[in-house]
Amino acid sequence: MDRIDMNRLKSGEVNLGTSIMAVQFDKGVVIGADSRTTTGSYIVRIVSRMFSMAIVANIYISQANRVTDKLTHVHDRIYCCRSGSAADTQAVADIVHYYLQLYTQSHGSSPPVSVAAGVFQDICYENKDGLSAGIIVAGWDKEAGPSVYNIPLGGGLFRQPWAIGGSGSTYVYGYCDATYQDGWGRDETVNFVKNTLSLAMSRDGSSGGVIRMCVITEDGVERLFVPGDQLPKFWEGREVLSAPVKKSLALAPMAIE
Amino acid sequence: MTSIGTGYDLSASTYSPDGRIFQVEYANKAVENSGTAIGLRVKDGVVLAVEKLVHSKLLVPGANRRIQTIDRHIGMASAGLLADGRKISQLAREEGSKIRKMWREPLTVKALSDRISLGAQAYTLYSSVRPFGVSTIFGGVDKSGPSLYIVEPSGVCLGYHGAAVGKGRQLAKTELEKLKLSELSMREAVMEAARIIYLVHDDNKEKEFELEMTWVGDESNDLHLPVPDDLLEEAKSRAKAALETFE
Repeated sequence: MDRIDMNRLKSGEVNLGTSIMAVQFDKGVVIGADSRTTTGSYIVRIVSRMFSMAIVANIYISQANRVTDKLTHVHDRIYCCRSGSAADTQAVADIVHYYLQLYTQSHGSSPPVSVAAGVFQDICYENKDGLSAGIIVAGWDKEAGPSVYNIPLGGGLFRQPWAIGGSGSTYVYGYCDATYQDGWGRDETVNFVKNTLSLAMSRDGSSGGVIRMCVITEDGVERLFVPGDQLPKFWEGREVLSAPVKKSLALAPMAIE
Repeated sequence: MTSIGTGYDLSASTYSPDGRIFQVEYANKAVENSGTAIGLRVKDGVVLAVEKLVHSKLLVPGANRRIQTIDRHIGMASAGLLADGRKISQLAREEGSKIRKMWREPLTVKALSDRISLGAQAYTLYSSVRPFGVSTIFGGVDKSGPSLYIVEPSGVCLGYHGAAVGKGRQLAKTELEKLKLSELSMREAVMEAARIIYLVHDDNKEKEFELEMTWVGDESNDLHLPVPDDLLEEAKSRAKAALETFE
């Protein structure tokens, strides 16, 4: 149970091969996600008969939605970032949304983020055999202020200052470790999320499109949008093998004084 | 009760023509026959006190407790049928642990007493059951601070600054009303609670009684615990002294 079993996705099932992220800062949280949604991957085998026998396998992934919103409202100041099966995570988010409304009515006050994360975990853990859902819960509440909870595939529950998830996240753990610092304000945190997601989206074939972000504070929820042609740019690679060999300048011995 | 004996009091599932449910009113009579229980919601906590009438000298001192712990931070005092009170406490512990498990947070006194009141109300609907013969005081400290609720046999659940149920509730209430409860400390509340219980106890009618007293709040580190022995003894002697000067 440590990875998505692609064969278990029904053929044509919509999958959020994803890059998602949530970071807390002093006054709130910033959450973000890419916008790519893919249908079930299928494998095409091209059998070539050159050199007696060779098999080349290609994976084709078709895109179901280019502008998906993976940042899902579950309460006034609590959102979740969804990764895994779109159907599963939508259903789980709907159930949690219901529970949080129930909590609000019976307690007469908004639920803390910890309660929302707890309900998510209950569902993800109790149904771990039937679900493929990796969810990050984040928001603001009166008791704890801003908080981020990560609920990965098996249904564990971890409170973290920042969390990344989805297939794209594996490419950017190092970047996050090297970049994140405590005590950031809103704008620095938004930039961190934007840059991280852009890097993840450029490396991960199952992530891409646009960046959607939410800034959740006591005062409200602000949505931010970065179009696909305005993503922050980093080093984008250079073809070395086929490049013409440049005639280098004559080497001169280092001057010794 | 004018319509007594007209057949409308045989079942909790039948209204009288003027809209009353006699079984519920009889349940209140059971409460009125019991020793007084009071609760004080003060600045930094809640104090519960019970006048436990001892009907036999053969009983071990401290037996048949009427104050129970529901959760680490919530206590309950009942007045009425002792066995019904114990059933309520069992229900409260079960429901409390369910709510705790569901939301992963210490349950609030309000959520607990609301839940118990629904159970009490359900027992006013059917001919096969009788309403609970207890009024229960729930007291505790949660994220909203100190809180105090009463659940009655009818299923009504209300929050109070000061609560009194049982035989001496009228006198106890007038005494409670004289206090500035929201300015009192827990230690002061212990003294007042003891004084009120000694005051409402009727020496002529009842024989022996035991003062049962617990608290929850700053003094007890937010745990529902018996008031320490030395403080209880001090409160008792002060209560007896105050009784001499009263009236």
